[in-house]
Order: sequence, then structure tokens, then C-alpha cells
Amino acid sequence: MNWRAIHAIYRFEMARTARTLMQSILAPVISTSLYFVVFGAAIGSRITTMEGVDYGSFIVPGLIMLTLLMQSVMNASFGIYFPKFTGTIYELLSAPISFIEIVIGYVGAAATKSIILGLIILATSWLFVPVRIAHPVWMISFLVLTAVTFSLLGFIIGIWADGFEKLQIVPLLIITPLTFLGGAFYSVNVLPPFWQVVTFVNPIVYLISGFRWSFYEVADVSVGISIGMTLAFLVACIVVVWWIFKTGYRLKN
Amino acid sequence: MQDIITVSGLSKTYATGFTALKNVNLGIRRGEIFALLGPNGAGKTTLIGIVCGTVNPSAGTVTVDGHDNVTDFRAARSLIGLVPQELTTDAFESVWATVSFSRGLFGKPKNPAYIEKILKDLSLWDKKDNKIMTLSGGMKRRVLIAKALSHEPKILFLDEPTAGVDVELRKDMWQVVRDLRAAGVTIILTTHYIEEAEDMADRIGVISKGEIILVEEKKELMRKLGQKRLTLQLQERLSSLPAGLFGASQLSLSNDGDELTYTYDTQAERTGITRLLASLNEAGIRFRDLSTKQSSLEEIFVGLVHQDRNGGAK
Ligand SMILES: Nc1ncnc2c1ncn2[C@@H]1O[C@H](COP(=O)(O)OP(=O)(O)O)[C@@H](O)[C@H]1O
Ligand SMILES: [Mg+2]
Repeated sequence: MNWRAIHAIYRFEMARTARTLMQSILAPVISTSLYFVVFGAAIGSRITTMEGVDYGSFIVPGLIMLTLLMQSVMNASFGIYFPKFTGTIYELLSAPISFIEIVIGYVGAAATKSIILGLIILATSWLFVPVRIAHPVWMISFLVLTAVTFSLLGFIIGIWADGFEKLQIVPLLIITPLTFLGGAFYSVNVLPPFWQVVTFVNPIVYLISGFRWSFYEVADVSVGISIGMTLAFLVACIVVVWWIFKTGYRLKN
Repeated sequence: MQDIITVSGLSKTYATGFTALKNVNLGIRRGEIFALLGPNGAGKTTLIGIVCGTVNPSAGTVTVDGHDNVTDFRAARSLIGLVPQELTTDAFESVWATVSFSRGLFGKPKNPAYIEKILKDLSLWDKKDNKIMTLSGGMKRRVLIAKALSHEPKILFLDEPTAGVDVELRKDMWQVVRDLRAAGVTIILTTHYIEEAEDMADRIGVISKGEIILVEEKKELMRKLGQKRLTLQLQERLSSLPAGLFGASQLSLSNDGDELTYTYDTQAERTGITRLLASLNEAGIRFRDLSTKQSSLEEIFVGLVHQDRNGGAK
């Protein structure tokens, strides 16, 4: 293992993050605040509690997940797409490093950034509503696991994308809708039976459910299933990344 | 001595179906400067890409200092520095950061003094904190060279390093290359400026349409394939070549009629010089002075590729 190379990639990516720190932090903080104003004040005046939890507090885990998923996918996909786009990827390909090191460097940096943002969202939420964390260790575990998994997904998207549009499409057209439909703002139980079934095909339901359980001990599905599905998704991403690197898909001619 | 790079049976067919390399065999000697010459699209960049790991070969193997570049890629690649043909650089990073990054990527411990030396040698020191995107094309080229040298490679690939580069940089760069060679680094370069190959290279390989047509010591190549020109300065101007002179097809008269040039092949059994001089004497043409000149590598090269294109002898 070439640890120095991993460190170099990680530092490089974190420096990129640091350069755009203000906008990376400001945008999610502002949108989170807006969610509290809109959902908490407007809708919350009609729905006071959900599953016995104050509505404003209920949506906190969903909001954190929303940021976490979006940021993980966007950071990681952009991180690897950019060298492909500019051609500087030649250096990664000609360096004495294996693809494992490239993945650890890029995915590690993307996950780090989205975890930091997730924690900032958590802190912001605290300003608006009471937040209780029943199982902090599980909360952090879900946070890290989700960040890593979706950074891997982002990495895959960044390699697959051959234009900036494709980079945008997946987060906007897939991640956001799935998160909204995945119970970020409501309990799946409030849906009609048919839509409940449809919802359980959505992998993000399991992430949000498990994450929310670590806060309030209320869940749409059992925690075991949440953890199992999250791990399964992680493994699926690892398999795809492994295949990409084995074949040099969209990396080497 | 064992070759430092051995390329065996290397072929490359791109996804488009285009075959860019056809069964290439090549050995690069330790410590030499090897110039790879060939027209655009000959396959130079593809060949370098396969050796360095940026392009997958379709068939064949490459060993670098005894290490297979696929099965033992870490050992193979850590010996190689690559300066790519295109100016592919980061934009927002500083010169210092990007060069240090390269060193880290190759697994070398930090060595600020060494990086300082490279940047100074390449006249980049006063730009070390500048963002790369603010640099001129020539400066970016220097940055790419600095990145390639940052990890102290034993082998350096320079893919058309002087294309579109100012005189200043060329001078600096060739000085760096000479210093590297003196330090035992093997250098493989491709260039369009044949004078540079002529100036710098120990050996020359010519590639055309994905095939290595020839590999030769530069001196040997010049001697073997060189045509020579005999130039006679005439005492009296001629308005045209008199009929019946010996070797008329190899003769040409300068525009103002005071110089006669005879082109001959040094390899030919008889150069025909004696007979030419006798023939001139008979025609009463006298000359003041004469000189001979070896043809340049460029002329040799153009001749070779032309021959190959016409399906002629290799
Ligand atoms: N990625 C690619 N896909 C298809 N054909 C390519 C690709 N890269 C290069 N080629 C073709 O392969 C040939 C050799 O290219 P290259 O190695 O860049 O030549 P050189 O460096 O000698 O100019 C050219 O005809 C080029 O068009
Ligand atoms: Mg080229």
C-alpha cells in the first residue's frame, strides 16, 4: 500500500474543499434553515407530531441525510471527473499506485467533507428545534457508512460521466427525489398501503429510517434491516468500483 | 549491458478499431538519450502511454529495469517520469503544491530542498506560489517537467517537449536533460524538431504507421543513410547546365549560376566524383572552391518515411 500516495490525493482533495469552503458550507446551512422555516413553521403548524416526535425534530435526521447524500455524490463525482476532464488523470494512471489507493484517497476526502457538512447541519438544526440523540455511536456509524457508500457511488458516476450534464443529472434526478420519497420529511406509515410498498424499493428509506432510529428510536423498518441494506449497498458500490478498475472502464484506452 | 526498457511484440488497437501499433519491438539502453521520430499519428504517444501505464496494450509486454509493467507495475512505474504531450495541468493549485503532490503520489518522502532545486533549474522558483492557471504555456510546460522530475525518476519520457515552446525554455530544458543524462538518467523523447534529435540523441528510432522502421546509433544513421552534397563555386557564371556533363540527373545549378551542386550517396560503390570532375574539365568549366556537406537528419528522415509510404524497402 502506497500510503504517501493516498495522503497526497486526500490532501489535494481537501485543499480543493478548503478553497470553496464558504460556499460549501453556506449553501446547505441556508437551505436547511429554509426547510425549517417552510416545513417546521408552515407544515408543522398542522402536523404537530410524527410517530410521537415533535415534527420539527422529526425531520432533522432526514435533512442531514439529504445533505449527506447530495454532498457525498457531488464531491466524489466531481473529484474524479475533473482530472478526467482536464487530462491530469495521466498522472494517477502512471503513478505506482493501485486503484485501491486512488479510491481511498478520493472517496475518503469526499466522505470527510460530507460528514463535516452533516455535522454542521446537525448543529444548525439545534438552533431551531430540540434534538435528542438516543444512540450517538449508531448515529455516527450510519453517518460514516452512508457518506462512504454514497461517495463511492459518486466516484462511479464521475468515472461514468462524459459530460458535466451527467454529473448533475444523478444527484438532481435520482438522489433528491429518492430522498424526498424516502421518508425524509414523514413517516412511511402515513402513506397509503400501495405507496408504502413502492417506498420499500427505495434504498434511501432504509438509510433514513435507521438514521432516525439512532436519534429518536422510531423507525419505518427494523434497524437490523437498515444496517443490512446499507451494507449491501456499500458492497454493491465496491463491486462496481472493482470492476471499473479491473477493466479500466472509461479510464484507459 | 541489459536494456533498461524492453518492449516485445507490442500491439495496440483502439476501441475505434484503429491499429496504432503493430508488433513493436524495442530496447532502450541504460543511460542513453533515445529520440523517437515519426510523423503525426505514427504511434509515438501510444507507445509511451503503454510503457507508462496510461494506455492498455492489446498484445505484447513491457519490462522496465526487469519489472513487468503490468504484473509488477509499482516497481516499474516508480522508475519513470512522464512529461505528456498535452499541457494537462491543474488550474487552482500553486506550482509548489502540484509538484509536491506528484512526489507524494510516487510514494517518496517529502524533500523540500530537492523540489526547490528542480524549480530553480527550470526557472520556476519565483513562480512557486502562483496558481498554475496564471502561467503562460511555456511555464506550464516547465511545471509538467518539474512534476515528472519530482520523484527522482531513473527514466524520463518527454513527449514532444518543445512543441510550441520558446527558445529560452528549449535552452533550459536541454540543459536539464544533459544534466540528467550526466547523472545516469535514461531519456526517451519524441520531437518534431529533428535538429534537436540530432543535437541531443545517442540513438534514434523512426516510427511510421505504428511500425518501428529503424533503430540506429545517430552517428551511424547519419553516416549510413546520409547523402552528401558537393558544392562547386564556379569561376564564371553559367546560364544553364551544358549538355553532356557526367551525372546530369544529380547536378543542379544555383539561381545566379555561380554554384553547381552534386548530390551523391556515400554508400554507393562509386560516388562519381572523379568522373564528374573530369567531365567538368573537358567542358572547360573551372571552379574557385569546393565543399561537401552531410545531409541533415531531417532529410534522411523525410526520405525514409517517404520510402516507407511508397511501400519501398525498409
Ligand atoms: N483514444 C484513441 N482512440 C482511437 N484512436 C486513437 C486514440 N488515440 C490515438 N489514436 C490514433 O492512433 C494513432 C497514433 O496516435 P499517437 O500515438 O497519438 O501518434 P503520435 O504521437 O505519433 O502523433 C493516430 O492515428 C490516432 O488518431
Ligand atoms: Mg503524440
